[in-house]
Amino acid sequence: MNTVILLTLTGLGLAALYFLVASGLSLVFGLADVLNFAHGLFLGVGAYATWWAAGNLPGAGPDGFGFVLAVAFGVLAGVLVAVLVELVLIRPLYSRTIEQVLVTVGLSLAGVALLQATWGADARPFPRPSWTRDVTSILGANVPNAGLLLIVAAVLVLGALLAFLRWTRYGLIIRAGVENREMVTALGIDVRKAFTLVFAIGGAAAALAGALGAVYFGNVSPGQGGSLLIFAFIVVVIGGMGSVVGCAYAAVAVGLLQQFVNYYGTSGLGDLCVVGLLAVVLLLRPQGLAGKVATA
Amino acid sequence: MSEPVLAVEDLSVRIAGLHILQGVSFTVAPTGVTVLLGRNGVGKTTTLRAIVGLTPRNGEVRGTVRMGAQSLLARPTHRLVRGGLGYVPEDRCVFSALTVAENLRLAERRGTTPAYDKVYALFPELDRRGRQRAGSLSGGQQQMLAIGRVLLNDNRLLLVDEPTKGLAPKVVTEVAEVLERVAESVPVLLVEQNLAVVRRLAKDAVVLSAGKVAWTGNAQELLLETALTKSLLGVGSGEVHA
Repeated sequence: MNTVILLTLTGLGLAALYFLVASGLSLVFGLADVLNFAHGLFLGVGAYATWWAAGNLPGAGPDGFGFVLAVAFGVLAGVLVAVLVELVLIRPLYSRTIEQVLVTVGLSLAGVALLQATWGADARPFPRPSWTRDVTSILGANVPNAGLLLIVAAVLVLGALLAFLRWTRYGLIIRAGVENREMVTALGIDVRKAFTLVFAIGGAAAALAGALGAVYFGNVSPGQGGSLLIFAFIVVVIGGMGSVVGCAYAAVAVGLLQQFVNYYGTSGLGDLCVVGLLAVVLLLRPQGLAGKVATA
Repeated sequence: MSEPVLAVEDLSVRIAGLHILQGVSFTVAPTGVTVLLGRNGVGKTTTLRAIVGLTPRNGEVRGTVRMGAQSLLARPTHRLVRGGLGYVPEDRCVFSALTVAENLRLAERRGTTPAYDKVYALFPELDRRGRQRAGSLSGGQQQMLAIGRVLLNDNRLLLVDEPTKGLAPKVVTEVAEVLERVAESVPVLLVEQNLAVVRRLAKDAVVLSAGKVAWTGNAQELLLETALTKSLLGVGSGEVHA
C-alpha cells in the first residue's frame, strides 16, 4: 500500500512537471498554430537563470526568500526569452509551418549549444532549499518534498491559468482564438498581441518547470529541456491542442503510467507504454481528450 | 448622386493558382442594401473576404478598394473593422465554446460604449440566453448572435455573407426583418442566394459570373426580368416565393 501511495505521489510530481511544460506549449499551438520545438529552451533558460541567480543575484540564494527570488528571476528570464523568440523569430513566420519548424528546431539546438558553451556540458548541482531534500510521510509513504513542491506549483499554475482564461479579456480572446483565430480579427481584435501573451505565459510556466525540475532532479544540465519536451508534446497531443484542462488530465495519465510501469515492469517500459497510450488516443480520439477548444 | 460608401475597382484575387476574381469593379451606395448575386462559386464570398482583408495567405489580391477616401487593401483586418467595416461571415462563425454573453463581450471595443440596448431590442433572445453556450444555439439564433455581435459597435458599412443560408423559412423572415431595420441606419453589402430576401431588401444589385461583373443596376428591375435572372443566376425570379 505504501508503495502505491509513493508511486502515485511521485507520478503526480512527474505529471506536474509535464503539465508545467506542456500547458504553455498547448496554448501556443492551439492559438497560434505554432509547433514550438524551442519550448525546451525556455525551460533550460529558467533552470540556468535560477541557478545563476541563487549564486550571484543580490538577495537571492538557495534557501528561504532568497530561493523564491532566484526562481522569480529564472521565470522572468524565461518570459523574456519567450517574448523575444515570438517577436523576432516567430512573428514573421506565422502560417509558414515548415519555416517555423526549422527555426524552432534550430533555435532549440543552438540554445543547448549556447548553454553548453557557457556553463559546460556536465550536469551541475542545483542550489535548493534543504527541506526539498527531505521527505514527508503521507499515509506511511515517505514522499520527496521536491515532488510535492512540483505538485503544489502545478496546481497553482493550473488554477491561475483557468482563472486567467475564464475571467480576463485576454483569456476570452485566447479561448476564442483557439477556436477561430480569423473571426477574432474580424471582430476588430489584434490577435498578435494574444500570440505574444501566450508565448510569455508558456515561457513563464516552462521556466518554472525548469527551476523546480532542477530542484526535483538535484542538478541542472543543458539537455534537460529537450528530453522533457518529448513527453510534453505527447501530453499536448493526448490532452488536445489548446486545452489547459485536457493538458492536466493527460499529464496525470502520462506521469502515473510511466511511474507505475517503470516500477512494476522493467525500467524504460513506462516510456514505451506512454507512446502506446498516445497511439491509442490518436486512434480512438484524434482530437485528444478535450479537442481543440480552450476550456476555462 | 451621393458618393458611394465603398468603391471596388479592378479587384483580382488568385488563390492557389486559381484566378477567382478577374477585375471586379462596383460601388456600394451610402444607404440601403446592395446585393451581390451570382451562381455558386463565382466569387461572392471571395469578394467580401478580400474587402475585409481575409484572403488566405497563399492568395494574391490586386486592385483598389476604397471606403470614402481610405484605401482598404493594405490594412490588417482588425484595423478595418475598428474603422467601421462590420463583417458577418458565411456560416455565422460564432465561438461555440463561449457563452452568448462572452461572444458579445468579445466584440466590445475599448473606448466605446457597446450598444447592448440596440442589440437586445433587435434580438431579445440573446439577452435571455446570455449564459448558454453559443454552440448549442439553433442556426437562426447563431445568425442573430453573429449579427448582434457586429451591431454592438458603430459601423460605416456592413458586409453580410449569406445570412439566411440553411435557415428555416420562418427564421429567414426574421433575419430579413432585422436586416431591413439595420439597413435603415447603415449601408449593407449583402451576399444572398434567397431571391425572396433580395426582393424584400435590396436596392442595388451586382451580379458576378465566372469572377467578373456580369450586370449592375437596380435590384428590383433585375428581379422583374425573369429571362435575365434565369440566365445570370440560373433561377427565375418568378420561381421564388416571398
